[in-house]
Amino acid sequence: MTDGMFSADAMFMLAVLGMTVATYTLRAGGYWVMGRLPLTQRVRRGLEALPGAIIVSTILPIVLQGGLAVGLCLIVAAAAQIKLRKEYIAVFCAAAAAAGMRAAGI
Amino acid sequence: MLERSVTLSFKGCVQGALLCMPGFPGVVALGMVFGTVAAQKGLTFLETIMINSLVFAGASQFVAMEVYSDPLTWGSLIAMVGVTAAVNMRMLLIGASLRPWLGQVPAYKTYPALYFLTDLNWLISLSEYEKGTRDWGVYLGSGLFTWTVWSLSVIPGYFAGSLISDPKAFGLDVILPAFFSALLVPLWKGKRQTVSWLVAGAVATTTWALVGGYWSIFTGAIAGALAGAYLDD
Repeated sequence: MTDGMFSADAMFMLAVLGMTVATYTLRAGGYWVMGRLPLTQRVRRGLEALPGAIIVSTILPIVLQGGLAVGLCLIVAAAAQIKLRKEYIAVFCAAAAAAGMRAAGI
Repeated sequence: MLERSVTLSFKGCVQGALLCMPGFPGVVALGMVFGTVAAQKGLTFLETIMINSLVFAGASQFVAMEVYSDPLTWGSLIAMVGVTAAVNMRMLLIGASLRPWLGQVPAYKTYPALYFLTDLNWLISLSEYEKGTRDWGVYLGSGLFTWTVWSLSVIPGYFAGSLISDPKAFGLDVILPAFFSALLVPLWKGKRQTVSWLVAGAVATTTWALVGGYWSIFTGAIAGALAGAYLDD
């Protein structure tokens, strides 16, 4: 244990503060805006479509970056979920598939 | 349409925490790796705890550490805040999609609770809402649980960086995307989702190929939502 362990640089704390404020603004901002928009049929449909669109847009770049093995793992997860409807099992199968493929050098 | 009122109970919080369990190994592994990265970059223990627990946004913390320099200049300080905002831009949309869920809850409760918004508890809350759950303890409990686990997991990573030297060998890196993939399944209802997801996927892929980074989540999600909004049955 050194004395330095519990010290913190002032500039660094300022950076952390800025990052925290920026992130909270984004966390609360979208929610805040949606409370001020009239909830028309179109806005409602857009909001309904949003979650799926976010998930697709999050996963795809991970697959593109991670390559074939990651893509196959996510297909395994989706297939397990379609069959069994148990997230635990789907996630476990995907991780096991990833570990297996990496051990095999894919 | 008859809407049931939104409630909050301790039981709901516990349920929310339990629903996080499939993502648990992924969160712990990511938190530990962050601790290791922070130690390697020369952050003190206190600094590591602060950035990790206050910012509480995994991917953005890693990217911010990429632009971190010691001693920290104003330039890199602004860059750290800037990349954090860019990576977390998707939070705007995630938060927006929770409006129908949490809109009935008084603002003095939701705004503090939004501090604990992450992809993980958003995903869990959303799939529970689809199933008819109206106890927003599911959101709060999963958020608080994720925060606690995330805050603690950085500690072993900071002190024993080599504990999990290669999370990939155990498949730990695919846990969170796999969880996403699994929870996407019940969201599919028909043509509207197919079209919206194809549009989202095409725009996200194009954005990723052109500019890279995390912008693709934002552009793809907006494109998909617009497609969903303007696709009439």
